Amino acid sequence: MLHPLTGAEMDARGLVADFERICGEAHVLTDRDQLRTYESDALAHYAVLPPVVVLPGTADEVREVVRACHEAGVPWVARGAGTGLSGGALPAEDGVLIALSRLRRILEVDLENQRVVVEPGVTNLEVSKAVSPTHFFPPDPSSQIVCTIGGNVAENSGGAHCFKYGFTTNYVTGLELVLPDGDVVRTGGKELDRPGYDLVGAFVGSEGTLGIATEIVLRVVPVPEDVRTLVAYFETMEQAGQTVSDVVAAGVVPGAIEIMDRLSIKATEEATGAGYPLDVGAALIVELDGPEAECDRRFDEVARLCERRGTRGVRIARDEAERQLIWKARKAAFAAMGRLAPSYYVQDSVIPRTRLAEVLGRIDELADEYGCPVANVFHAGDGNLHPLVGYDARNPGEAARAEELAGRIVLACLDAGGSITGEHGVGVDKKHYMPRMFSDEDLAAFQRLRCAFDPEQRANPGKVMPTPRLCGEVPGPYRQHPLEAAGVAERF
Amino acid sequence: MAQLLRTEAPASPEAVAALLREAKGDGLRVRVRGGGTKLGWGAVVPEPDLELSTSRLDRIVEHNAGDLTAVLEAGVRLAEAQAAFAEAGQMLALDPPLATGSEASSRDGGLAPTCPPGFAGATIGGIVATADAGPLRHRYGAVRDLLLGITVALSDGTVATAGGKVIKNVAGYDLAKLFAGSFGTLGVILRVVVRLHPRPRTSATLAGETDDPGALARAASHLARAPLELEALDVRWAAGSGTLLARFGGVSAETQARRRVGALAEEGLAASVETEDETVWETQRAAQRSTDGVVVRVSALPTELERVVWTADRLGASLVGRAAAGVSWLTLADAEPVDELRAVLAPFPCVVLDAPVEVRDRIDPWGAVDEAELRLMRRVKERFDPAHILNPGVFVGGI
Repeated sequence: MLHPLTGAEMDARGLVADFERICGEAHVLTDRDQLRTYESDALAHYAVLPPVVVLPGTADEVREVVRACHEAGVPWVARGAGTGLSGGALPAEDGVLIALSRLRRILEVDLENQRVVVEPGVTNLEVSKAVSPTHFFPPDPSSQIVCTIGGNVAENSGGAHCFKYGFTTNYVTGLELVLPDGDVVRTGGKELDRPGYDLVGAFVGSEGTLGIATEIVLRVVPVPEDVRTLVAYFETMEQAGQTVSDVVAAGVVPGAIEIMDRLSIKATEEATGAGYPLDVGAALIVELDGPEAECDRRFDEVARLCERRGTRGVRIARDEAERQLIWKARKAAFAAMGRLAPSYYVQDSVIPRTRLAEVLGRIDELADEYGCPVANVFHAGDGNLHPLVGYDARNPGEAARAEELAGRIVLACLDAGGSITGEHGVGVDKKHYMPRMFSDEDLAAFQRLRCAFDPEQRANPGKVMPTPRLCGEVPGPYRQHPLEAAGVAERF
Repeated sequence: MAQLLRTEAPASPEAVAALLREAKGDGLRVRVRGGGTKLGWGAVVPEPDLELSTSRLDRIVEHNAGDLTAVLEAGVRLAEAQAAFAEAGQMLALDPPLATGSEASSRDGGLAPTCPPGFAGATIGGIVATADAGPLRHRYGAVRDLLLGITVALSDGTVATAGGKVIKNVAGYDLAKLFAGSFGTLGVILRVVVRLHPRPRTSATLAGETDDPGALARAASHLARAPLELEALDVRWAAGSGTLLARFGGVSAETQARRRVGALAEEGLAASVETEDETVWETQRAAQRSTDGVVVRVSALPTELERVVWTADRLGASLVGRAAAGVSWLTLADAEPVDELRAVLAPFPCVVLDAPVEVRDRIDPWGAVDEAELRLMRRVKERFDPAHILNPGVFVGGI
């Protein structure tokens, strides 16, 4: 990173030729129109045109590409399907974009041991399909049709089933990694509890800053025997939130438990016609899954708890078609926001679930103060809110106002003891909030991990950490780095 | 062997940090002591210069029953925390041995106390540091899977926190997982945030007995892949006969257990259902430890279970294991068969846990670790404890 190279300089130094030799000419992109495909991930208001995009087709090619970058002193950013919502795959203007979409082989399906071994470009849904109908892969981000396992590993992706089933990190048992110096390390495996540090646990969720996973071992689980779904309507959000507390206090752990507010019901109902009433304050979707004997008794219990909190009505899915219809509304929520406002920001903050009513009240106050509509759809079990802040970019200043409002919402969640991100990651979008959640000493500890894997910080530079920090050398005498001398970066 | 120079029981994170700064300045080797139940694990190293006891870091800082989370200082006894959680119908889904102060096996099969009077069981800090787990691991995962956040003191005297206090959070690196199972070599665990689960209202255990390792493994595989949401799925084997144990929980545990009696019978197992099942599971936990034998933890695949059982049988070992996790604990009379065990079961890791000092001194308890992986682990150690004062030499590859 000392002497960032432009695309032309990379070309001049032979890096482009190296990539062409490694991956074949067809898999190295330098044409501006082709590069533009990769300038953003799903957070499209960040865009950086990468000087070169390389698409390796095998783990060996990934290793050679990374090694070539290392030898040339060039940073790089790895990318899966580009569905991330934090700008985690935003290219570096002086770096290589390594797209992993060609590494899409399912290497092994071992149902006897409930393991699947995949390359990083395999999509989330392909994993569940490969093990169906007996098994499934629980993490199910809403982009699961296209998002890749490599991206899921980088972001520690979640979905609607986290409260019961956990996150990607709970399902990765082994990794083959290409480190930023081009070394290959296998850690973990199909078996559990191998001796040594849990490098798999440290790597999952590291947002592409520690290396590239070229082979991923996943644990899959049996498809539940039974699934029961209901949606209960309430006059107020508070009633819905209280019902969630009652359900949890009763010892029920639903497979999914989601809340939509009045505004999101309105938007999605117009889009889907799923049959939600428009005059209610909140809709609570509860889905129980598990052994039939458990579901039978627990489902009745949940319906009773809804009634005890004065539900306006409970709709029970009588068959799979009706279940899909109930979910259709929930899943359409983001897209349907387009009916309320031309553009929107989506936030991903988390609160302790017991603070729900209080924080939603605060969000309402803020929405009034800023004059932007805020629709709330969220994973109620784990307190992961997804407030959608609507705005019209044609009105001067409105985009900036909406962005500020979205930021105030994040801080309100942090003040309630929550987190700045539940599943979308920090990326570039939330890195300036990191000091609000973590102290300097916390960030310095994070940096130690980063430096162990990537002392020259060439993997996904400028992400996660709020300010550039250097690694220093271990072991060896202290030497001042040029960036440090220039006051651009701090050493710790 | 050199004498322990000094012990301290700091009462605050700041006090721990100050002691570490001092230790770093003086080049003192530091070991952390929680309940003292696993100090004999790992490679044999000289007695440390300074032992930090977590006995005064013993507060249950928060129990947020409505959020199913808790904040525990490292020195909190697991048994004490569980008692508090149980009042709200909840539990920390961790049940390693020696957590209640009662159980550990001697080789005659009985339960025998291993610890001196006043012993009160494993602490959460020690359980996290060693990643120890019991039968509940089947359903709820390892200790790593239950950690939401961690606060540690590093050897330069800084105190750092990673993670958060909410169930779902991806901000920052997941240092809690890195520290889980790191045997005190990266920093001193001060405090953890854990995820809790509802305590099942009822419990029932389906047991199936057989003297055929093949039938035992087939029945285990059948249950492991059925959509049962078992609390635990264990096997045990000793002196030519074995038992498969499936623990059902929830509001319909006994009904669920009885429905599966036929499945075990089909594999030729003599099946029965027990609703007063706590002792059965305490015995399973206890068999992971030994006062006088050599305990080897084997990390294999579930499909290797039959081979692991045959091997145990041939080498005169007793065995308990998590059938679906593929992890088994073999208890041998002495260390003589360890090399053969490792050779037969290679490449699966066989880690020696409880064993006399002379045994752990002679054989590397961790076994061989891949060179490239070990290099990366050393780089991690180098960054977190560049002074090499934290439990040096006790971990894999001499870390």
